[in-house]
Amino acid sequence: MTTHVLSDTRVLTGRSLRHILRSPDTIITTAVTPVAMMLLFVYVFGGAISTGTGGPYVNYLLPGILLITISSGVAYTAYRLFLDLQGGIFERFRCMPIARPSVLWAHVLTSLAANFAAVAIVVGVALVMGFRSGASVAAWLAVVGILALFTLALTWIAVIAGLLAKTVDGASGFSYPLIFLPFISSAFVPTGSMPGPVAWFAENQPVTSIVDTLRALLAQEPVGSGIWTALAWLVGILAVAYVFAAAIYRRKSN
Amino acid sequence: MTTAAGPEPTIRVRGIEKSFKDLHVLRGVDFDVAPGTIFALLGSNGAGKTTLVRILSTLLAADAGTVTVNGYDVGAEPAEVRGSISLTGQFAAVDEVLTGRENLVLVARLRHLTEPRATADELLARFALTEAGNRRAATYSGGMRRRLDIAMSLIGNPPVIFLDEPTTGLDPQARLEVWQTVRQLAGQGITVLLTTQYLDEAEQLADRIAILHQGTIIRNGTLAELKQLLPPATVEYVEKQPSLEDVFLALVGKEL
Repeated sequence: MTTHVLSDTRVLTGRSLRHILRSPDTIITTAVTPVAMMLLFVYVFGGAISTGTGGPYVNYLLPGILLITISSGVAYTAYRLFLDLQGGIFERFRCMPIARPSVLWAHVLTSLAANFAAVAIVVGVALVMGFRSGASVAAWLAVVGILALFTLALTWIAVIAGLLAKTVDGASGFSYPLIFLPFISSAFVPTGSMPGPVAWFAENQPVTSIVDTLRALLAQEPVGSGIWTALAWLVGILAVAYVFAAAIYRRKSN
Repeated sequence: MTTAAGPEPTIRVRGIEKSFKDLHVLRGVDFDVAPGTIFALLGSNGAGKTTLVRILSTLLAADAGTVTVNGYDVGAEPAEVRGSISLTGQFAAVDEVLTGRENLVLVARLRHLTEPRATADELLARFALTEAGNRRAATYSGGMRRRLDIAMSLIGNPPVIFLDEPTTGLDPQARLEVWQTVRQLAGQGITVLLTTQYLDEAEQLADRIAILHQGTIIRNGTLAELKQLLPPATVEYVEKQPSLEDVFLALVGKEL
């Protein structure tokens, strides 16, 4: 019946992108905390951290900071989705003859655009702080691809939070554990310095494999089998979150 | 297609039941709405009016019963039903971040109209919103917001419009504006189903009135028919005191 999935998604994405353009502070806010964290770690703790790798600490730190940027940025998707549900515009869309998946995909694509804008700001600051990479175009494309997968996976989790939330605070609260996860990973310090059980957790949670892969790509080092672990985590989380979000979305019609 | 006397009803509701856990909100609702008429569903708060409208507009599935809207079954052909209807809910469903014009263009694009901007301009003019068209909807008064909401519902000329408590929370002037709009819709052959808890609203607007009480329609008829249910009126002569509404409207001096 509806063959308008693409055009409806485009129109609705245009709508939510306009929301962001009218409150660009959401992108600045997303970038400020990771930038502050980066300054703190490079200029305060960095001198005392031995990563065992050559090159400046900011090179070591940046991949984890980018993941933290995205983890906090996706909260805005939950927030905007929740406001749509509250304001009644969501119901208006749902009883119009528009393609059903478009309403959610518009929020997801907007999240991708907004988070990449925030990531660009953070990378810009990192460059000023001395971050350098001689990575090839292909390696940069792989970095962008992994960050896009990470954003998609976390955004679909944000969609679940937005659909289920009862309050505005509830809609965005889910992101705190996500922001915390990189701290217990190889994002800031090598896992070798951690005590046994913590190191075990750090080495086997998704953030470490993703951070290590990004770091290897940017440092022109071989990614090894870690990239497959990272991709498996990303695709797995994305698939599970998507299936849950779609089911909750469908259930809302009954 | 039947050739029975009278036109096919635009909305046909049969045996609709809906429960939320132990709460039986609707216990078998039946009624028809004839094409191009205004049908008012009257009931107190919590009578199930909104639940019924949500079922009619494909937002909620019924536990039992059937609904056809514009010839399509709500359960089996929801996409066709959505193409035939427009819903204006209890709270003006406008995008506050966008301007009035952008809201209208958005809906026109989603209805796949060929000239969304022209449609938007025409509706802004019709609802006296042209001047406010480039302001964000967040800055609108309650009446303006409701007019924008109804204007958005008219895009694409749906033959059936559901208005769920269209005047709840509006000031008297805005209420009269909405009433005038609803009468215009019916004048154009659009079938209107509205819910209200205000008796005078049903009296003013509706061709037929159904009273929803404890999950069923307890009475359904024209205003004259419903009035006949009471014993004949005794005639008394009393001095007509202006109501506060008369006073308010006279002082504010708004002619509608």
